[in-house]
Amino acid sequence: MNYLDELENKSIYIIREAYSRFKRMALCWSIGKDSTALLWIARKAFFGKIPFPVLHIDTSFKFEEIYEFRDKYRKEWLLDLIICRNEEALKEGMCPEKEKLECCNALKTEALKNIIKQNGFKALLLGIRRDEHGIRAKERYFSPRDTGFRWDYQNQPAELWDLYKSKIEAEHHFRIHPMLHWTELDVWKYTGREKIPTVGLYLAMGGKRYRSIGCAPCCSPVDSKATSIKKIIKELETTKTPERSGRAQDKENTYTMQKLRSLGYM
Amino acid sequence: MAMKKKTLKIILIGHVDHGKSTLIGRLLLDTNSLPREKISEIRKISRELGKETELAFLTDQLKEERERSITIDTTQTFFKTRKRNCVIIDAPGHVEFIKNMITGASLAEAALLLIDINEGIREQTRRHAYVIRFLGIESVIVLFNKVDLVDYKEERFREVKSELLKLLEALGIKPSFLIPVSAKKGVNIIQRSKKTSWYNGPPLLKTLDLLKVKPETANRPLRFPIQDVYDLSGEKVIVGKIVSGTIKKGQDVISFPALREAKVKSIKVFGKSGKVEGRAGENIGLVLDKAPFAERGEVITRKGDRLKPSDRFKGKIFWMFEEPLQINESLILRCATQEVKCVVEKIEKRINSSTLKVMEEDAGELKTNEVGEVILRTEKPIAIEKFSFIEELGRFVVERGYNPRGAGIIT
Repeated sequence: MNYLDELENKSIYIIREAYSRFKRMALCWSIGKDSTALLWIARKAFFGKIPFPVLHIDTSFKFEEIYEFRDKYRKEWLLDLIICRNEEALKEGMCPEKEKLECCNALKTEALKNIIKQNGFKALLLGIRRDEHGIRAKERYFSPRDTGFRWDYQNQPAELWDLYKSKIEAEHHFRIHPMLHWTELDVWKYTGREKIPTVGLYLAMGGKRYRSIGCAPCCSPVDSKATSIKKIIKELETTKTPERSGRAQDKENTYTMQKLRSLGYM
Repeated sequence: MAMKKKTLKIILIGHVDHGKSTLIGRLLLDTNSLPREKISEIRKISRELGKETELAFLTDQLKEERERSITIDTTQTFFKTRKRNCVIIDAPGHVEFIKNMITGASLAEAALLLIDINEGIREQTRRHAYVIRFLGIESVIVLFNKVDLVDYKEERFREVKSELLKLLEALGIKPSFLIPVSAKKGVNIIQRSKKTSWYNGPPLLKTLDLLKVKPETANRPLRFPIQDVYDLSGEKVIVGKIVSGTIKKGQDVISFPALREAKVKSIKVFGKSGKVEGRAGENIGLVLDKAPFAERGEVITRKGDRLKPSDRFKGKIFWMFEEPLQINESLILRCATQEVKCVVEKIEKRINSSTLKVMEEDAGELKTNEVGEVILRTEKPIAIEKFSFIEELGRFVVERGYNPRGAGIIT
């Protein structure tokens, strides 16, 4: 079995395992490359039609291209799409200019909390990977969250082989990470091989491209000549710039990610 | 071709402070796998904490880990050798985090055993070596670290080596390479160093290319544990991972323990029409000629196969929880997709996983970090195999409450 097939097979197993355990689940689709690859694999796992909702946590500050992409493929891929926004916070004027950590927490984490509560989701599929951030490298495939959505990173349950934890307290939920073992390079190689559509911002325009996309005010492009996926792969094989270097929130404080994540962030 | 290369998964083990996290930092630095900003970030934080530049911070990412200079949970780091992609799974060396070490080790196919040449063998050196043997990891490289602290003396290397080989022999581990290194100084990591001119073997990076790992299990008999059954427009599709062997369209199959027989009508993989065969490691969908046929937890094999389900069998359990395991207490046993109530009927031997000493025979309980040679009884018969024959059906966890508390293998 070739190595991309091996990665894909492991992800399919995890996605199916989650669904066999929790029917009330959803897939978080940020519309970035990782969660789009996750969505692609989930479609394979269920032979074309994902049998649970797909969530887009919409801060309202996303790139225009992200919204266009979302609206095009929700139809083509027959997605049961739920758009979650923290309207209350938006009305009160929450925006990245205020305070980034607070903004992320209100517009992403709180929006997510609300939608989980409303729908009683027991499990959420997320496209995070170990190699993108040192804190995420510590994650489990099946990662429990308590009532306050806290991640107890100092005392995670054992996770052996592919025998994933499946039981939790009634009011807790699982974060499930089927892409944990993929690297950024793997995702691009797979995206190229499978011809998975991606948002155009990842490709270089006028000498710049985005390596990681999210909210427009908080992402900046990197210098790049990669105008195709093939060229992105080549670029990544030699680059020394970290993937999330264009993300504002990670830079402000070394432990911001740890703080955000322990509060329930992805 | 680069795409075909499989990633070598290596667990890094050893006693606390023998330099595991530093070694990973060194490997990342010397294989040029680090972003520039990362290096300056590490320098800055080390300064803030009043420490020398600490390579270990590259993997010890949690605030608590850096302040206390320990590794709490397992992490994974990616880098490349000349021939291979590698992922190093860094495991905590403290005894209280052994469940995290086992979590990491359960994903590995090879191990790097690190030992401080100055200190020699310690409690976790022995316990970790035992754990990898327990989990069936056969490819092992031993690194005698901090060789700079003993003035690069061959005599000390020989001394510790012979002591260690005795331990490994008792466990049944034959190490592939034994290398004197200094992670901190970069000795024998990427290149052979002149400082240890008495050492003729390859440096660490080279050995990662040379290391052989276990072959896949395609040539074993077919075992297909059912994960779920989907209804696709009225058609029942049985999904799961083939853990060993191959399955073909048209083949007669039988499920255990229900003993239902059927024929394979088609093999489904989304996006691949006309698939006629599935092999070990593949996640497939099966359509059989008789529906409704099966449910999660059953195991499909070739008709005529002599798989025997059992409700009483021998195994070994590594207990990972503070509250001891009691004989006859009700637990959940999970093996592949099977899940049944079980009890440990007998603990024939209670073993200290570090000293390997038999603490007690016919014991009433198993304490944390102890291994028991046990007899298990399950509520219903389940399909199992010896761990040495088909790993996926020979390994299990026992759960108490909501969490896995014991790791097990069938002997």
